[in-house]
Amino acid sequence: MTSMPELAIQAQQIRKNFGKVVALDGVNLSVPVGQIFGLLGPNGAGKTTMIRVLTTVLRADSGTATVMGRSVSHEAPSVRGLIGLAGQYAALDPNLTGRENLRLVGSLTQISGRVAAQRSDELLERFSLSDAGNRLVRTYSGGMRRRLDLAAALVHRPPVIFLDEPTTGLDPESRVELWAVIKELVADGATILLTTQYMEEADRLADQLAVIDHGAVIAEGTPTELKRRLGSSVIELGFADDATATRAAELLAGTSTEEPHVTGRGVQIKSNEGTKLLTRLLRTLDQGGIEPETLTVHEPSLDDVFLSLTGKPTEDSAPPVEAAGKRGRGAR
Amino acid sequence: MTDSPLLGHAPKRGIAALPGLVSDTTALTKRNLLMFRRVPQLLVFATIQPIIFVLMFRFVFGGAINVPNGSYVDFLMPGVFVQTVVFGAVGTAIGLAADLKTGFIERFKALPMAHSSVLIARILSDLTRNIFVVTLMTSVGFAVGFRVHTNPAQFLLAVLLLLAFGAALSFIFATVGIMVREPETAQAAAFPVMAPLVFASSAFVPVESMPGWLQPFAANQPVSAVITAVRSLVLGGPAVSDVLIATAWCVGIVAVAAPSAIWMYRKAV
Repeated sequence: MTSMPELAIQAQQIRKNFGKVVALDGVNLSVPVGQIFGLLGPNGAGKTTMIRVLTTVLRADSGTATVMGRSVSHEAPSVRGLIGLAGQYAALDPNLTGRENLRLVGSLTQISGRVAAQRSDELLERFSLSDAGNRLVRTYSGGMRRRLDLAAALVHRPPVIFLDEPTTGLDPESRVELWAVIKELVADGATILLTTQYMEEADRLADQLAVIDHGAVIAEGTPTELKRRLGSSVIELGFADDATATRAAELLAGTSTEEPHVTGRGVQIKSNEGTKLLTRLLRTLDQGGIEPETLTVHEPSLDDVFLSLTGKPTEDSAPPVEAAGKRGRGAR
Repeated sequence: MTDSPLLGHAPKRGIAALPGLVSDTTALTKRNLLMFRRVPQLLVFATIQPIIFVLMFRFVFGGAINVPNGSYVDFLMPGVFVQTVVFGAVGTAIGLAADLKTGFIERFKALPMAHSSVLIARILSDLTRNIFVVTLMTSVGFAVGFRVHTNPAQFLLAVLLLLAFGAALSFIFATVGIMVREPETAQAAAFPVMAPLVFASSAFVPVESMPGWLQPFAANQPVSAVITAVRSLVLGGPAVSDVLIATAWCVGIVAVAAPSAIWMYRKAV
């Protein structure tokens, strides 16, 4: 009898090169059973490569990795029975119905036809696809394809689930829907490793986060820890002219831990307090008889996190949705 | 190794994995065949085109072509049969390229399944398609005056040879499909290779009518070898050496193309 491992996923010094390009440069990861672990990074950081190594699709050049205590390189067939994978592009057969896709995957995971059929119906129900179950997948919307793709990863009830950018390219509503499903899976006892380019998504879902850049983990911690270390929101106020801006900055000195910074007609103030500070700033200005013309609040973005971690902006700072479109597949 | 409900099942290896291989292959073959119903265009390319060739050569060009002995339609049909399985083999490339493009095969790689079943199922479903198409073309041939001059057993042997040649070609086109990963590119890449093999062959005209420099190629390339064997089998005459040569081509192609297809597939994702 093998004892239950405490770590669902463990990776040590994983390296992978594609020709001269270093995709993974010695990545270490430890994911305890029952956690949602987020792998955060921009396009080309190595997130997908890491997932492909951990799901036995790709062989690492060096390093060791285990899933539920089993080696992804030496016990790959055994690992495959324990994992579910939903990739970046909905990997489905467009010319099968939703139900047929699930049953096909079911029959390829060595569960009996009867169980596969029953499980398919269950999953269609759970992902609100019952009505669309007998329609060809080529008629599905992007959100429906993603849900079906995730359902396909769950047919054989895998205890460890890998989700590669599960919400990239989805509309906000479908995104929130998918988040709920992910939380539900963990409540059922699954362990999830997901990759994302969105700070907000990592923040909402992940118990533990690793920030990855150029194939290396550059920061790790809970979302709260990371944000405390890395990010602060920036409040930017715009005034009628330079003099008013300077006067406003003098008034606002001392309201935040950081001093206001004047740039022409604008005043920038960094803060970790968010809306609380905003109220204080506006009240102070009001008392001083100054009215700002514009007001913007920049929440810490992935770019900010990178800026503060690496001292340089991310190489690919295109908006996420466009970035997903550039890959040309999936997300339609 | 123990199976616990949470830990799933450890797939079997060796001879114990055979039931898994069979059931995975069955599931995937069924799915591939379902495609012909869902995307009828796939079959249209494989059937309408040879029918047009039959009608064109039988009724338009045929009168101008002199064949050594017998009628032109009897000369033509074996050529059309072989042409049909050659063009049909492109379907193997298109199918695999499409599955790579959608990421379907990448999904398979992470499943506890017998991975060889993906290639085997593709070859099997294309073999099934060839049985259908060859049967159809035989009926079309009979309708326009084609007759078997030997006996049913030899005709059956000819059909088996056709199917074997089709399966051998499937391995070549599996390699192509995995290499290009785009269904459209697969089709475009296949044509320049197939066209000279099909047209610079004895399929539609006697090789003797071609220019001298082309004759050695046209007479000895694999498509002609199979056509010659099929002709001998259905029209009569000494067939043994022709059939042996054609069989040798099939075996040779499989020996080279099957390992390359398997190697490409392993490398593919």
